[in-house]
Amino acid sequence: MAQAAVEVPPKGGFSFDLCRRNEMLSNKGVPPPSLRKTGTTIVGLIFQDGVILGAGTRATEGPIVCDKNCEKIHYMAPNIYCCGAGTAADTEAVTDMVSSQLQLHRYHTGRESRVVTALSLLKSHHFNYQGYVQAALVLGGVDANGPHLHTIYPHGSTDTLPFATMGSGSLAAMAVFESKYHEGLRKEEGINLVCEAICSGIFNDEGSGSNVDVCVITKGHKEYLRNHQSPNPRTYVTSKGFSFPKKTEVLLTRVTSLQEKVEVVEGGDAMEE
Amino acid sequence: MDSNQAKQHNLVGSESASERTLYPYVTGSSVVAIKYKDGILMAADMGGSYGSTLRYKSVERLKPTGKHSILGASGEISDFQEILRSLDELILYDNMWDDGNSLGPKEVHSYLTRMMYNRRNKFNPLWNSLILGGVKNGQKYLGMVSMIGVNFEDNHVATGFGNHLARPILRDEWHENLSFEDGVKLLEKCMRVLLYRDRSAVNKLQIAKITEEGVTISQPYALKTFWGFAAFENPTVGAEGSW
Repeated sequence: MAQAAVEVPPKGGFSFDLCRRNEMLSNKGVPPPSLRKTGTTIVGLIFQDGVILGAGTRATEGPIVCDKNCEKIHYMAPNIYCCGAGTAADTEAVTDMVSSQLQLHRYHTGRESRVVTALSLLKSHHFNYQGYVQAALVLGGVDANGPHLHTIYPHGSTDTLPFATMGSGSLAAMAVFESKYHEGLRKEEGINLVCEAICSGIFNDEGSGSNVDVCVITKGHKEYLRNHQSPNPRTYVTSKGFSFPKKTEVLLTRVTSLQEKVEVVEGGDAMEE
Repeated sequence: MDSNQAKQHNLVGSESASERTLYPYVTGSSVVAIKYKDGILMAADMGGSYGSTLRYKSVERLKPTGKHSILGASGEISDFQEILRSLDELILYDNMWDDGNSLGPKEVHSYLTRMMYNRRNKFNPLWNSLILGGVKNGQKYLGMVSMIGVNFEDNHVATGFGNHLARPILRDEWHENLSFEDGVKLLEKCMRVLLYRDRSAVNKLQIAKITEEGVTISQPYALKTFWGFAAFENPTVGAEGSW
């Protein structure tokens, strides 16, 4: 018999069965569908009381902006948030997954989650998928050991940093951080610096745009400032919008109703069965 | 270097060895320049990289050309030297007329653009990004030419990595009538970011100033850097043994 004797359950991880089909299609000239990427600028910095995360809000599909105001700062735990850059589906799915793992862990231990827990879960997931999960993350939070800020790269390596930027606008944002960051920033200074860095990405990078989201995390408290700055508002030529110029004067208005053409006969033919 | 294998591959295809520039060998990293109150300020570090090795650490990448301009270049150093030689000839020829006129920065920039674009059309480019700055008759001029002949003029320009790291800072913080000290501080801010984040940068830079009076190129000096962040000194606080 040609069939296998035992049904082997799938081993997990990715299945590459369709790769041959994809290759055949691209040889025939069928281009693959483009990914929805977040392109983007995401940043984080440590200030004197905790962590501030910032992100742009543009999502791109190739050269087109597909979402002008998407949310890139994802909830992980009440005291931990994560910004994601790269393929939007990957960042959403992986942060969602680790967030639920953290919740289960909180039920199990009865304690507040730690940032290094989220870090280890994310980095081992990424490493297992050998870089195919295209999510570059900036993870920040405040736990029992103080404020922490980490970056996670698609292949699974991580960094622990005082200030971090990721995404296509990371160089523009890093230029701002490298020239203006110092330790012991106050909250307003920190928020301003984060906004400046994101705006630098928005205005100098094509993959980033629209508005600035900010999230401030301190011990026992967090502030999620959605659209904290909107430096790209829609501007109309006139504030009144468009108005038609007055051309012809109305001299007379008369309403004549149409004559009825159809005569309704009461009690007509009964409907045929 | 793997360029040798590539050259042999070429021999198999064509009649003789390729005589066009295919890739750069010794390269300089970014140059950043701004207009300020009295003229132009230009900064470049003194590194010449041979692939990924920082081989030469005293390469002067800012050179005066004629009475009114400075040329800064990033990219292949030998092509830069060739360009300097051509410009020398051009300036000399102009001087020989002895008619009181001298080539200004706009003219030199135009000449460079033509030269770069022509070479690009022959598929034999001069592998440089050039910045030409100068002052003539009170008019400040700052222009850039790339290796394919793209040229433009602006209040602040940068080459290579400087476009990604320095131009955002300059777009935010440059304004008309910067004083000399402010201009130097701004350039140093850009060069410091480049030093931190560009792997081919060296901490030895020169700043050149050109005004109506003439050109001054500073002595090489180093920038101060700061590495004392708490996260750098103890990155695994709270999770000993992790990385």
